[in-house]
Amino acid sequence: MALRMWASSTANALKVSSTVSRTNFSPAFSISRCFSTVLEGLKYASSHEWVKPEGSMATVGITDHAQDHLGEVVFVDLPEAGTSVSHGSSFGAVESVKATSDINSPISGEIVEVNTKLTETPGLVNSSPYEDGWMIKVKPSNPSELESLMGAKEYTKLCDEEEVH
Amino acid sequence: MRGGLWQLGQSITRRLAQADKKTIGRRCFASEADLKKTVLYDFHVVNGGKMVPFAGWSMPIQYKDSIMDSTINCRENGSLFDVSHMCGLSLKGKDTIPFLEQLVIADVAALAPGTGTLTVFTNEKGGAIDDSVVTKVTNDHIYLVVNAGCRDKDLAHIEEHMKFFKSKGGDVSWHIHDERSLLALQGPLAAPVLQYLTKDNLSQMYFGEFRILDINGAPCFLTRTGYTGEDGFEISVPSENAVDLAKAILEKSEGKVRLTGLGARDSLRLEAGLCLYGNDMEQHITPVEAGLTWAIGKRRRGEGGFLGAEVILKQIEEGPKIRRVGFISSGPPPRSHSEIQNSNGQSIGEITSGGFSPCLKKNIAMGYVKSGNHKAGTNVKIVIRGKSYDGAVTKMPFVPTKYYKP
Repeated sequence: MALRMWASSTANALKVSSTVSRTNFSPAFSISRCFSTVLEGLKYASSHEWVKPEGSMATVGITDHAQDHLGEVVFVDLPEAGTSVSHGSSFGAVESVKATSDINSPISGEIVEVNTKLTETPGLVNSSPYEDGWMIKVKPSNPSELESLMGAKEYTKLCDEEEVH
Repeated sequence: MRGGLWQLGQSITRRLAQADKKTIGRRCFASEADLKKTVLYDFHVVNGGKMVPFAGWSMPIQYKDSIMDSTINCRENGSLFDVSHMCGLSLKGKDTIPFLEQLVIADVAALAPGTGTLTVFTNEKGGAIDDSVVTKVTNDHIYLVVNAGCRDKDLAHIEEHMKFFKSKGGDVSWHIHDERSLLALQGPLAAPVLQYLTKDNLSQMYFGEFRILDINGAPCFLTRTGYTGEDGFEISVPSENAVDLAKAILEKSEGKVRLTGLGARDSLRLEAGLCLYGNDMEQHITPVEAGLTWAIGKRRRGEGGFLGAEVILKQIEEGPKIRRVGFISSGPPPRSHSEIQNSNGQSIGEITSGGFSPCLKKNIAMGYVKSGNHKAGTNVKIVIRGKSYDGAVTKMPFVPTKYYKP
């Protein structure tokens, strides 16, 4: 919900808000946007989380685009292993200097592992959003949910649209 | 699950919109197109400002630097803020001081010409209508700056009382400085950089002092004050000269003074333990509860004579039931409305502002607790998303202030 909240409000707020700015500024944003990495092979939710299916497990985190907009992450609030998550609902929160954002799970299932490194080093979400900054590993209860998520190309397009809007 | 500056801006706007609904029916929630722009708007955008709605204005929340870096740079070098959304106002006339003293808690009469102080506009119940810096320019000219989000209600309040005062023969009139813009220059480089742009000797001008002088060739109102805890100035400049002045300041600092947005401004004022009206102070909170008893002049404590004086003077005597205090806590940063509990788990209050301190690298917050729980060192629990985290009442400011004093 709140990465979406972030997407629809805080990030909206972060967008340049007039035609003057848009004409002057969209090229610079496009350039910076291109540096925001979107990895092939992952699945993406419109609320800016990624899922990486690996055998019977799936790893979940937030995207490079999301961490870039949030700014320095100072705290990551995660549930404990053994709890269950469901598609589209919040399982934790990311605190940046700027704001609090909920993290939604792109898939339903049981959490089998939590990235405890984030307790001590929340900045891993910024420095390595797709690797060391992963958040939870889930045993999916409904793998078909993956099909409803976006591929890299589609997600890149979504980020582009959000920037230009 | 809400927090952060953007929501804060929104919630203030919304709250004001609701509060004003009865009197001002036409006010509605501003869409982007309705937002007001300062004369520096294009300058912000060209410099990478990320513009957000704030109290009806489109203002930069940050530029290219992160909020963390901007906050630290202000304390190490300096920051330049556009605060033109705030409302500058002059009150003039031979009865200006007795008029204003009906509305604020400060001993305005005792201020030396060319000096100012923080004050609070109160209502009949002793609650805060707004906080403001008032400056006595001369005995018949007061200059003050009020919050952008409070502009309409403040002006309506002042106007109503002014009409009555004038009908009794009082001599006072106002001028709203919409022809001027307001820049805040803060940090250790503020004075040396500004000195390049004026012939006046700034080393002879101390915290709280005011002058009218030429800066970069334009007639400015200069106040040595700010909202960061650092030494610095607020410069009221004719709007046609504002962009040139901003450019000159950045250039003279050789890039060390950086443009800084509302995000870092919020971190800075929180580190300095300063209230944000709408969060840490509201209509139902008195200056005594807010920890601003020091701003009530000694003479005024004896005489009263301001709105809500009975309530406020009684609170000074008996002690307030709730008090604003600072906290340091573990876990996620507390945000406004996080519940505060004592060590037995009983609710004792609520956080009004909080966040991660870029300079201290830990969570800081302020909020109101029931008296008795307000002593520094008192252990508390702060509830965030259903979990409680350890915290302790802490003296403010969190980061030592560096005001320029003789």
